[in-house]
Order: sequence, then structure tokens, then C-alpha cells
Amino acid sequence: MGKDQWIMGIETSCDETSVAIVKNGREIASNVVASQIESHKRFGGVVPEIASRHHVEQITIVLEEALKQANISFSDLDAIAVTEGPGLVGALLIGVNAAKAVAFAHGIPLIGVHHIAGHIYANRLVAEMEFPLLSLVVSGGHTELVFMKEQGHFEVIGETRDDAAGEAYDKVARTLSLPYPGGPHIDRLAQEGEPIISLPRAWLEEGSYDFSFSGLKSAVINTVHNAEQRGEKISPEDLAASFQQSVIDVLVTKTVNAVQEYKVKQVLLAGGVAANKGLRAALQEVFENSTDIQLIIPPLSLCTDNAAMIAAAGSILFEKGIRSTMALNANPGLDISIHN
Amino acid sequence: MKVLSIDTSNYTLGVALLDGDQVKGEYITNLKKNHSVRVMPAIESLMNDCDMKPADLEKIVVAKGPGSYTGVRIGVTIAKTLAWTLNIPLVGVSSLEGSAASAGRYFDGCISPLFDARRGQIYTGLYQYRQGQIYSIQKDQLLLSKDWAAILKERDEKILFIGNDLPIHQPIIEETLGGQAVFAEITEQNPRPSELALLGRDREGEDIHSFVPNYIRLAEAESNWIKANKEKKI
Ligand SMILES: [Zn+2]
Repeated sequence: MGKDQWIMGIETSCDETSVAIVKNGREIASNVVASQIESHKRFGGVVPEIASRHHVEQITIVLEEALKQANISFSDLDAIAVTEGPGLVGALLIGVNAAKAVAFAHGIPLIGVHHIAGHIYANRLVAEMEFPLLSLVVSGGHTELVFMKEQGHFEVIGETRDDAAGEAYDKVARTLSLPYPGGPHIDRLAQEGEPIISLPRAWLEEGSYDFSFSGLKSAVINTVHNAEQRGEKISPEDLAASFQQSVIDVLVTKTVNAVQEYKVKQVLLAGGVAANKGLRAALQEVFENSTDIQLIIPPLSLCTDNAAMIAAAGSILFEKGIRSTMALNANPGLDISIHN
Repeated sequence: MKVLSIDTSNYTLGVALLDGDQVKGEYITNLKKNHSVRVMPAIESLMNDCDMKPADLEKIVVAKGPGSYTGVRIGVTIAKTLAWTLNIPLVGVSSLEGSAASAGRYFDGCISPLFDARRGQIYTGLYQYRQGQIYSIQKDQLLLSKDWAAILKERDEKILFIGNDLPIHQPIIEETLGGQAVFAEITEQNPRPSELALLGRDREGEDIHSFVPNYIRLAEAESNWIKANKEKKI
């Protein structure tokens, strides 16, 4: 192999300001994440305007720290990869404009990256990808099954028709009066309870890889409401376990079906909900004994939003010759197929 | 000294290059179009035309607000990042001061630049030139234009009003101030980025990492939260 490839990643799509340096697409030289979660806890969720303000406060500090930790300078960089969308537009704008300024100042190629492509490529920081592969992407804003026949090519074969799984987690957490963000609390409670409360599973039409979680969410709210009216107390542990079981059943079953139909070699878990212990355990149980299908689950720090994953995706796009101009914009509704 | 100035705080998008005592170039549009898409290409093309490279720059001056939250953040983010990465000083100048400087230099009286802030409100301040130097007479603030007119009525001097949003507030101001109010011609209503560069040229640089826009008002969620928590304490 010739000269090393160095990519800087910048990610500001929601409430994390992150800059990373990745070597040869797979080695993390630095991955600095400034989380705003403490600030947003006051409001019980991410407030877009406040997220944007924090990004402006953090951006140069995080840039400097990422370069320092990687011990390299701008002249070493081959490209700057930045999250172009989807996400909160005002938040995305900070990363996009900072990336453009750095790229312009040093004459470095600029590459706009789809946030979900980043989540999927977090896996390449753990293990080399083998194609064809299937990625299950589960986060606060996304629930998708993405099929990849080769590097940098993304085909969404299933997605949520209403709420993302992470959104359902947050709403159920609120119903149970758990603090924000709710996902980890439900996951923890679920470990202590039994899935004995009957809740629906939305399979949708035969053969569909789409998801729907709004019915499940409503069923949880109704269950709590009806119990209150009867003066009964529902065990939050059991309810969390039952809800989680319902979500996991659907996610895992659809993933297994898609794995069979598309004859993939690897299954990658991606997105913030990949941190969920219940989901990890369920997938591991299914694929543990498989000799021809490899399951990859990135560590927690690479599942939540971070810039190393954006740099990792940027590395492949760089090799494909994809470049953005100084007119790159933040695009909150960006489609992942732009990279194909 | 080679200075790049950037103003994206309102509908006017402005970029200028100052080289010593010469304005090398200036780019101004007054359009309701995406600043995020257009400002870097404007900088790129202006610098190309002026045969300047990023490494030639010695200072960045930015309009730091008030104005559109998103607009101000775009300019401030680019300015901060450029200044940090090129290791040169960054100076933030009030967007209102930049606007006042763009038409008021030879006016004998006070200058009130203004930006519409919806629901009858304006961002404004009061400035005055003395021996070629601009001074802030009343700090930048957010208030109803009719309240501002009443405050200015107390002053025994002519007031020059500047800004693209004048048509929205001119009737209210005229009603209170009559002949005391002077209104800038449309050719002098856009804030000029070269004036911004000149204002910032001799000022001391900011701490880049901690530099933030001057929004003047808090985000709604934040002010509600502060109010709710104050009430709790009582
Ligand atoms: Zn994400």
C-alpha cells in the first residue's frame, strides 16, 4: 500500500458536536464528541435552536482537539467529510459551513456524507465489510433495513412508515415518567421485568420489510391508562420488557427474513439504538451459530452520533471520486441513494 | 493589512476584501436566498478576482448580530473557523454598527440602523459620528418601533434611519417624529461589508473559541425555562 489516506469527519446533525480523524478508512486517530445532552435534559428533548447555538460554541474547540489528539496538521488531510443530512437543519448548517471554511482555507477536497451512511460505516471501524451485506439502522430518527451490494452503494429495502423505533422508546419512556433520553432507561427496566403484557407486533403486508411503531406506542399508552382507571398498578419493569420484546421481535424477524432473501454475508447493526442490550442479545442469539453470516455490532461509542463514522463513510466516497463544491448545503431530507 | 469581512446576519449577504487603505472588492446582494449555499462561493470568487489566497489573509471581520439567528450563525461559524484555521485574528462587529457606518458618516445627528424583528419589533441602537469616528450612544436592543420612536422624540436632534426594513416601520416612526426623522435612500440601505472591514481593521482580536453571535434575545425554550425555574424558587 502506498501513502496513507487521512480523512477528517465533521458531524453536527443533532445534539453532538463531533470531529474525527480516520486513517485509511478504518483506523481512528481521534474521535472527539462534545455532547449537549445535559443542556437539553432541561427541556425533556433536543431543542433545535439551542442545539445550533451549542454547535457554534463548540466547533473550533472540537476541531482543534481532534487534530491535537491525532497529532496531524491540515496539510496531511486528503479530504474533509461532513454530514450533509438528514438531521436538524440549523444544526447541520454549522458543521457544513465549518467544513467548507476549512476545506477552502487549505484547498482540501470536501465531501458531503449522508448521516445514515455514516452510521453503517461505523462498522468498518470494527471489521472489514464483505458484500453483499445488510444493515439494520435503528436510531431516534431512523428505522431502516439497508442492503449494500458493494462499497458506497445503498439500497433501502425497508423503513418505518410512522415513528422511528427510538421515537417510540422516548414516548413510552415519557408515559412511564422516565427521564430523557428514555431509551437506556427502558432497556435497563426491561432487564428486570418479564414480557408478560400482551402488546401488538406490526408485521404489515406479507414480504414487507417496512416497520410501524405507532400502534405499539398507542397500545402501551392505553395499557397504562386503562390500568390507572381500574385503579391497578402496572409493573413498569414488565411493561418495559413487553414493549422491548415487541420491538425486538419485529426488528429481528424482518432482519432474518431479509438476510435469507438477499443472501448476505454480513449483518451490521447501526444507529443509537444499537446500544440497546436487549436488541444486541437477540441478534447475537440468532446469528451466533451461523457459519456463513457474520454479525457485527460496533461498540457503544461508535453507535451513537460521532464523526469517525462520517470520516469512515467519507473515505469510501473519496475513493469513488465523489466531491462537493463550496455550494454544499445542509439538507435535512437528504436521500441516501445520492451516494449510489 | 488584508482583511476579509463577512455579513450574513440579515437578507443582505456581503463579503469584502480590504488591503491596507484600499477596498479591493465587495460583493453584496439583497435577496431572500439561502446564505449557506452562497456565501462560501462568494468568498471564493471574490478572492480569485482579487488574486488573493486564503493564506494571504491577515484578519477576519464578521457581523456578529443581531439579525436572523441562522444567518448570523452561518457568518460567525465561517469567520471563526477561517480565523482559527488560518491562525489570524477575528473581530466581531455589531451588525447594526456596520449598518450605521454604511450611510451615516457625513450625517450631522444620530443614526438609528434597524432590522425588523416581527410583531412590530425592531433590532436597533443609536450611533453617532464625531471627527470621523463612530460612537455607540445607546446600546443595541430589541423593542417595539413605536416605543423606540417615543424614546428618540426626547432627543433634540435629527435622526437618520437606515435599513432594508424601513418600509415596514417608516409610517410609525414618521407619525411620532415627523421632520426630526430622516430616511436613507434605497441605495444606502444595504449594510456595506467594506465598512464592516474598516470598523474591524484596527480593533483587537477576540478569543476565537469562545466567540459567539450576539443574539440579543434568548431562545424561547430557554427563556421559558428560566422563567419557570425562577417561579419555582419563589
Ligand atoms: Zn444518528
